[in-house]
Amino acid sequence: MDLFNAIVQVLDSTIRLSVPLLLACLAGLYSERAGVFDIGLEGKMLVGAFAGAAAASVFHSAYLGLGMAILISVAFALIHGFASITHRGNQIVSGVAINFIAAGSTIMLGQAWFQQGGRTPALGSGERFGAVIWPGADALRGVPILGPIYSELISGHSVLVYLAFVAVPFTWWVLFRTRFGLRLRAVGENPAAVDTAGISVAWLRYRALICTGVLTGIAGAYLSMVQNGGFVKDMTAGKGYIALAALIFAKWKPVNAMFACLLFGFLDALSIRLQGTPLPLIGKVPVQFMQALPYVLTVILLAGFIGKAIPPRAGGVPYVKER
Amino acid sequence: MSTPYAKLPAWADYGLIPVINLFVAFVVAGLVVLLVGENPLRAAAVLVEGAFGRGQGIAFTLFYATTFIFSGLSVAVAAHCGLFNIGGEGQGYIAGLGIGIVCLAFDSVLPWWLTFPLAIVAAAAMGALWALIPAYLQAKRGSHIVITTIMFNFIAASVMVYALVGVLKPAGSMAPQTRTFLDGAQLPKLNWVIELFGAKIRSAPFNVSFLLALAMAFLVWVLIWRTRFGYEMRTYGHSPKAARYAGISETRIIIMAMMISGALAGMMALNPTMGDQHNVALDFVSGAGFVGIAVALMGRLHPVGIVLAAILFGMLYQGGAELAFEMPAISRDMIVIIQGLVILFAGALEHMFRPYVQALFASLSPRTVGMEAVKGKGA
Repeated sequence: MDLFNAIVQVLDSTIRLSVPLLLACLAGLYSERAGVFDIGLEGKMLVGAFAGAAAASVFHSAYLGLGMAILISVAFALIHGFASITHRGNQIVSGVAINFIAAGSTIMLGQAWFQQGGRTPALGSGERFGAVIWPGADALRGVPILGPIYSELISGHSVLVYLAFVAVPFTWWVLFRTRFGLRLRAVGENPAAVDTAGISVAWLRYRALICTGVLTGIAGAYLSMVQNGGFVKDMTAGKGYIALAALIFAKWKPVNAMFACLLFGFLDALSIRLQGTPLPLIGKVPVQFMQALPYVLTVILLAGFIGKAIPPRAGGVPYVKER
Repeated sequence: MSTPYAKLPAWADYGLIPVINLFVAFVVAGLVVLLVGENPLRAAAVLVEGAFGRGQGIAFTLFYATTFIFSGLSVAVAAHCGLFNIGGEGQGYIAGLGIGIVCLAFDSVLPWWLTFPLAIVAAAAMGALWALIPAYLQAKRGSHIVITTIMFNFIAASVMVYALVGVLKPAGSMAPQTRTFLDGAQLPKLNWVIELFGAKIRSAPFNVSFLLALAMAFLVWVLIWRTRFGYEMRTYGHSPKAARYAGISETRIIIMAMMISGALAGMMALNPTMGDQHNVALDFVSGAGFVGIAVALMGRLHPVGIVLAAILFGMLYQGGAELAFEMPAISRDMIVIIQGLVILFAGALEHMFRPYVQALFASLSPRTVGMEAVKGKGA
C-alpha cells in the first residue's frame, strides 16, 4: 500500500509539473505549425508569470491576473510577429531577444514596483487559483485503489490544470477540423499556395502567434499563481525549452504533445522523488542524470534514432511575396 | 546572409545602420528606465562614468570585453557558415572542465606560461567536442542545430553540476567549486598597461587572455577572408546549393565550422577561471555565451566590429554594476534588457530602418544607390 501511495503521489506531481510544459508546448504548436519558429516560449511564459502575479496582487483578483498574463504574453508574441513576419527578420534571433528582454524586465520592474528582490508579494487565497474539489472526492477517499486515484489524482487541481488538458482535444479540433486550422497548417507547409488562394499569409501567422501568446500567458499564470504563490525571478527555469523539446518529441501533434509533456513531467517528478534514495539493481542515480534525461532523449530523437521528426516545411523561413 | 535590398555606400551599410539600430535600442532601454522612475540621461552618464571614468573602470570593462570577444567570434564563425550556434554557453561551461583538470594537475609543477597553452588546448578541445555532436547530427542526420545546441547547454549544465559537486570539489569542502589554483595557473594581470597612461588601479582582473582574444580575432579574420576554407564557409553560408554544386563537402564544412566555433566558445572560459577567480565554480560562465549573440550581431560578424561591440558590452557590464550601486531602482538586470533590445534591433529588425535610409540617400544623391533603390523602397 505504501508503494501504491507513492505511485499516486508521483503521478499527482507528474500532472502538476507537466501542465506548464503542456500549455507552452501547445503554444509552440500553433506558431510552428504556421511556419514561425518560436524559441521565445520561455520569455513569454516568464512575462506571463510576472504580469499575472503582479496584477493579481495589486487588484486582488486571480482572474484579472490571468487576463493580464495573457495580455502581456500576447503583446510579446506580437513583437515576435512584428520582427519575424512584418520585417522578415531571423525568427530565432527574435526569439532569443524576447527571452532576454523578458528575463531582464521582469526582475527589474519587479524590484522597482515591489522592492522584494525581484519577487512579487505572496498571493493570498483570493488572488490564486484554488483547488477544484470534485463531487464526492472526500467521501470516496477511503475506498481502496480507486479512492486515492479519484480524490488525489483526478480531483483537487486548479482550474488551469483542467483547462490545459481540455486544450489538447480543442487544439486537435481547431487544427484538423476547422478551416482556420487547415489554413494554418497550409501556411506552415507552403505559404505560397495559401497566398495564391488569396489568403493573407501575414495575418494568418499573426493569428497563430496570438494563440501562442494566449497559451504561454496561461502557462505563466499557472507557474506564478498556482504552482507558486507569487513570482520569483527566472521561475520558468528552462521550461520553455523543454516544451520546445516536447514539441519535437511529439512530432508537432497535439495528442502526442500531451504524452511527451507527461513523460517529461514524470521524469521531473521522479527525479524529485528519488533524490538520494538508491534504486534496486541500478544503485543511486545522480539527480543531474535525471534532470538531463529530457534533453538527452530529445537529442536522440532528433538524430532520428526513434523515428524521424519532420518539422513543418516552411518553418523558420520568412515569406516574401513575389513582386 | 543575403539581403534583397539595394546597395548602400559601405560606410552607411557598416556604420550608419548599426548606429541607428543601436540608438533605437538605447532609446527603448531609456523608456524602461523612465518606467521605473529614474532619469535615463543621468543613468547613461553614470554608466559611462563608471565604465571609463577611472582606470579601475577601464580595466574591468576590458576584462568583461575579453570574454565577449571570444563568445562573439564563436557566434560569428558559425554564422558565416549559415549556422546559428546558440550553444556557446554550454561549450564555454564544459571547457571549464578541461581547464580545471589541466590547472589542478599542473599548477604546482609548471609556471603559468606553460600551463596557459595547455589550458588553451584543453579548453578549445572541450568546446570543440561539445560542438562536434550537434554539428555531426546537423550534417549527417539533419537535426536542427539550434535545438541540439540548446539541449547541449542544459546537458553541459548537468554534467558540470555533477562534476563540481562530486568529483572536482576538494574533500571536506561544501562549496561546489575546485580548490583555488596555485600561482602556476594564475594568469598575470595587464593592469600596468592602463597604468602607463597615468591611471591608478587598485585591483582588477584584466589579464593576458585579452591578448589571446585579440590574436583570435585576427586569426578569425584570416580564416574567413584569407583562406580557402573560409571562402568555402562563406559560400555555404550564402547558398548551400551553390556550395554543393561547386563540390564543397557539406559535412566537412559544417563540422569544421562548428568545431572552430566551439573551440572559440571554449576559450572564453579561460578569462573568468584562470584570470579572475582562480578556480572553476558553479555557473562561472553566467550568460557570457549568450552575450556573444548580441556582440556578433552588433559587430556585423566582422572581427573588428566584434572587438568594438565586445568593448561596448564590457562597458555595459562594468557601468551597469556602478549604475545599480548609484540608482537602487535600476538593478544589474538592466543590462540583460539592453542585451535583448540590441539583439532585437540589430539582429531581428536589422532591416527595419533600411528602406528609410535608402529613401533618404536616393533623394539626396541618387547616384550612390543607383536605380535599384527605387524598387527596393517597398521592401
